[in-house]
Amino acid sequence: MRSSNLGLYQPGNSWLHRLPAGAKLATLVLFSAGLIFAQRSLIALATSIVLILLAYASAGIGPRLIWWQVKPILAMAVFIGAMHALTRNWHNTAAIPMMLVSLVMLAALVTLTTRTTALIDVITKCARPFARFGVDPERVGLTMLLGIRCVPLISGLASKVKEAQIARCGVFDMRAFAVPLIISAIRDADAVGEALIARGFDD
Amino acid sequence: MLISIEHVGHTFDAGTVRAHSVLHDVNLTLTEPRIGIIGHNGSGKSTLIRMLDGLILPTQGSVSVDGFDTAKDAAAIRRTTGFIFTDPDHQIIMPTVSEDVAFGLRRSKLPKDEVAARVDAQLVAFGLKQFSDQPAHLLSGGQKQLLALASVLITDPGLLLMDEPTTLLDTRNARMFGALVADLDQNVILATHHLHLLADFDRVIVFDEGKVVADGTPSETIPFYDALMEN
Repeated sequence: MRSSNLGLYQPGNSWLHRLPAGAKLATLVLFSAGLIFAQRSLIALATSIVLILLAYASAGIGPRLIWWQVKPILAMAVFIGAMHALTRNWHNTAAIPMMLVSLVMLAALVTLTTRTTALIDVITKCARPFARFGVDPERVGLTMLLGIRCVPLISGLASKVKEAQIARCGVFDMRAFAVPLIISAIRDADAVGEALIARGFDD
Repeated sequence: MLISIEHVGHTFDAGTVRAHSVLHDVNLTLTEPRIGIIGHNGSGKSTLIRMLDGLILPTQGSVSVDGFDTAKDAAAIRRTTGFIFTDPDHQIIMPTVSEDVAFGLRRSKLPKDEVAARVDAQLVAFGLKQFSDQPAHLLSGGQKQLLALASVLITDPGLLLMDEPTTLLDTRNARMFGALVADLDQNVILATHHLHLLADFDRVIVFDEGKVVADGTPSETIPFYDALMEN
């Protein structure tokens, strides 16, 4: 999978690209809440997936990019479905994975059609009422931003560690993979923090 | 711009079994527009250049930049200072190129149109306009360092501190980056292993084992450093 395409903004001029970030985030919240009720009906869930796919098409985002958004959670969706098949009922076996996939697709649609700056601005505005309780809205926005920024960074680190491991041992070992990845991630986090201070975000 | 470094020393992990000193009683007054800092790995040049931005505080002595003490007024110093790190991946914060250039202006209170115009002009000036909406982490190493420089310079700092900015670049990109730096209006303090970048500098300081061992023009200090490395 190319980490570069995981929920990162895709330039465009569709109605979804032009829609304000606040409206998109509000729709995401409402639609996500609606999906919780929709899980009672497989038809409603299937309809919501079709609607999301139509929204992707209207934003000019093709099947390849949609696949890259869904692929990382497919294994988890199958696992959850299997657990429900063993412990619950057939309805949940289909409904829960469908709901999970719908939520991920919808969230990805928002980030794919919205500049990160616009998303951060909305989050910062939403956090402003909490300033009276000592919350720094800029810091909340920055935290969200760093979360988004870390996706390609960690993905890149994971690729490097995996390559190095295979080059040295020829096989993949989870412990030998996780330790250098975590150490590299912490070291990179330190360096990013230092750069943020240097760019004036600790004033 | 006057930078005063008085009796500065630094020990990492001071008071622990891992304590190690990297700078010892360094005294310098820096006023020249172009200053190079050279020395082998671990000689203390990166620690010193971070001290000038208040990223690391001295454990002995004091550092002041334009009258501001780095231990007390680091934020004031950073408002007029830009820092370029070795690995641009660490300092590129935003996902896309244009957003990263705009990031430095987030707290400037400038109108959005003004920010957009400045970002656009900066991207054109640095030849990055065609990558405006591209993911920043997919640029080449040279383009990333160019983006880091463009992003720092958009705030128009008076002083630019650079810690081995060409170490990860190939020869062509290192030369291109050096030519760009040579044309800047800002005062520059550059720590580097690429000695050719310092040929036209006003002053070059050589560090060895945490101490200043040579200080003068490039023609005086670079041959000294070469000889030092031979031993």
